[in-house]
Amino acid sequence: MATVTLTNIRKSFGPNEVIHGVDLDVANGEFIVIVGPSGCGKSTLLRMVAGLETVTTGELRIGGERVNEKEPMDRNIAMVFQNYALYPHMSVFDNMAYGLRIAKTPKAEIAERVANAAKLLQLETFLARKPRELSGGQRQRVAMGRAIVREPDVFLFDEPLSNLDAKLRVQMRLEIKALQRKLGVTSLYVTHDQVEAMTLADRMVVMNAGDVEQIGAPLEVYERPASLFAAQFIGSPSMNVLRGTAAGALVTLANGAVIEAAVDAKGPVIVGIRPEHLAPDPQGPIALDTTMSEPLGWNTLVHGTMGGTDSELVASLAGVHRESELQGTMRFSVAASLTHLFDAASGRRLGG
Amino acid sequence: MEKRVTFKGWLLPLLLVAPQLAVTAVFFFYPAGQAVWQSLFIPDPFGLRSQFVGLGNFEFLLGDSYYRASFVTTAVFSSLVTLVSMGAALCLAVLADRLIKGASTYRTLLIWPYAVAPAVAGVLWLFMFNTRVGVISWYLGLLGYDWNHVLNEGEAMGLVVVASAWGRVSYNFLFFLAGLQSIPRSVIEAAAIDGARFWTRFRTIVFPLLSPTTFFLLVVNIVYAFFETFGVIHTITSGGPQQATTILVYKVFADGFVGQDLGSSAAQSVILLIVVGTLTIIQFKYIERKVHY
Ligand SMILES: Nc1ncnc2c1ncn2[C@@H]1O[C@H](COP(=O)(O)OP(=O)(O)O)[C@@H](O)[C@H]1O
Ligand SMILES: [Mg+2]
Repeated sequence: MATVTLTNIRKSFGPNEVIHGVDLDVANGEFIVIVGPSGCGKSTLLRMVAGLETVTTGELRIGGERVNEKEPMDRNIAMVFQNYALYPHMSVFDNMAYGLRIAKTPKAEIAERVANAAKLLQLETFLARKPRELSGGQRQRVAMGRAIVREPDVFLFDEPLSNLDAKLRVQMRLEIKALQRKLGVTSLYVTHDQVEAMTLADRMVVMNAGDVEQIGAPLEVYERPASLFAAQFIGSPSMNVLRGTAAGALVTLANGAVIEAAVDAKGPVIVGIRPEHLAPDPQGPIALDTTMSEPLGWNTLVHGTMGGTDSELVASLAGVHRESELQGTMRFSVAASLTHLFDAASGRRLGG
Repeated sequence: MEKRVTFKGWLLPLLLVAPQLAVTAVFFFYPAGQAVWQSLFIPDPFGLRSQFVGLGNFEFLLGDSYYRASFVTTAVFSSLVTLVSMGAALCLAVLADRLIKGASTYRTLLIWPYAVAPAVAGVLWLFMFNTRVGVISWYLGLLGYDWNHVLNEGEAMGLVVVASAWGRVSYNFLFFLAGLQSIPRSVIEAAAIDGARFWTRFRTIVFPLLSPTTFFLLVVNIVYAFFETFGVIHTITSGGPQQATTILVYKVFADGFVGQDLGSSAAQSVILLIVVGTLTIIQFKYIERKVHY
């Protein structure tokens, strides 16, 4: 187990800088999820920690020790790849034992450690099989097993569940979380899926185009997003964003409606309201011209535009609602404490 | 999914394969049949009469110490050509695989030797190592080494091996490079993270995953060394000195065309036919299994 510290890490491929200075302190045993859209530099960041890419500038420390110049094998990390990267010509046992054999671990200890990992991952009956004789979920487990048996200081995961079907993904997500809790190994986990990020992370790092938008616990990011990007990326469906002009705690929206915000501001702002925080209210200030609805069972999404404008607006109503109730213009209100204000120019959060 | 075309009659399919069948019949079955037939006779030197001897030609060959020596020479020569050309190609492919910039130039340059005909390659190497005017033998002379492949059997063998292997490196390189590039990068990276340094990775991951390519090349190169190196040997050593570089194919030519012993020459061709047939069967048997891991 170890801490991981990134100080102003930058990465360029030729003339293109793809990581623009990342600072991150990972505590011992912490589960950090790096989340962001495809191409934002998550994998590159993780691969730098692994030693598979060089760090252009900045300092990387694992367990307090500078590792910028160290080869991957000298960092005592383990990595799980999106395509599992199992050794196709080796049995499951040999796949898991590979690293231990290279480290010249005694035979008896290898057998014991592989057996323990296999038991933990329910792979005991597959030890003699080759990877191609396994299902996707089983391969995923072998990749996990290979990481576990080495008892590394840090686990690195690069979208390990992306190649699994939806149901298996949910199951493996829970298993990974339980496993990490049990083993207590510091983990960095990369995903583009905000649900995975929300459910797995002790803290998450929201990335956008090579920059860190916010680092915080999932609920902290959900409740107090530091930027418009983090606000819209985390949460499903996405947060509604409405342009307006602030004067004190009151914001006038494009169609003249006035809502009360949680903080005082002045001039052009962007108001963020999560769909689930729009409360049906016949006297409410926010009008929604409905275009369609999506019943999900546990809630119902109502899509449309804000009355008199073409800004898109989504409301999420708890429980089952019939299509007939969701016609024409609906009105909503929102509690001031549940609104978010962002600077219209920079997109940064305004107020506390 | 395999896509199968099915024909209703038999006329069209027969017409479609007819050209290939004709070519095979004219250039393979007919001469092969002739060789088998001739191997059973001993013609007189003027080719006027021939006497039926049954398997006499074969019996004689198996008892002939020169023929057996030629077998050993062929084994040594083929092993060395295969080893040198595949070894060099693998090294170059591993280097090219790691190279990102300039890789295409490097690859193109490496392909060129393949376009050079064996006889021309032989002349090229012969000039470089010519005992009087060769540039390399001159440098070796400066270093105090007296190169003379015309007299020295080992040097003669070395030269024909290098000249034969040289042209093959490109071919092998292309296959090895394709094989290396089909190994997922992440598998190599996983091994690096697991603690394996370059050589360990090569030995335990890369080489085993290349084994289908290696096996294929092994057979192809042995067949090449057995048969297609005739031009190189003919231009450089003509089988000498003292038959030190007379491989089986060269002996067929030397005994048949030079020595005019057509019966023995035909019997030797039949033996070679059996050898190459066996190699091909082995190859097909293994290639059917395609993936070895
Ligand atoms: N080896 C490379 N050479 C050049 N550019 C690269 C390389 N690897 C990644 N990039 C670029 O870096 C950016 C971030 O990529 P990546 O870290 O893979 O994103 P993510 O994992 O978030 O989808 C992308 O724009 C990608 O094109
Ligand atoms: Mg990625």
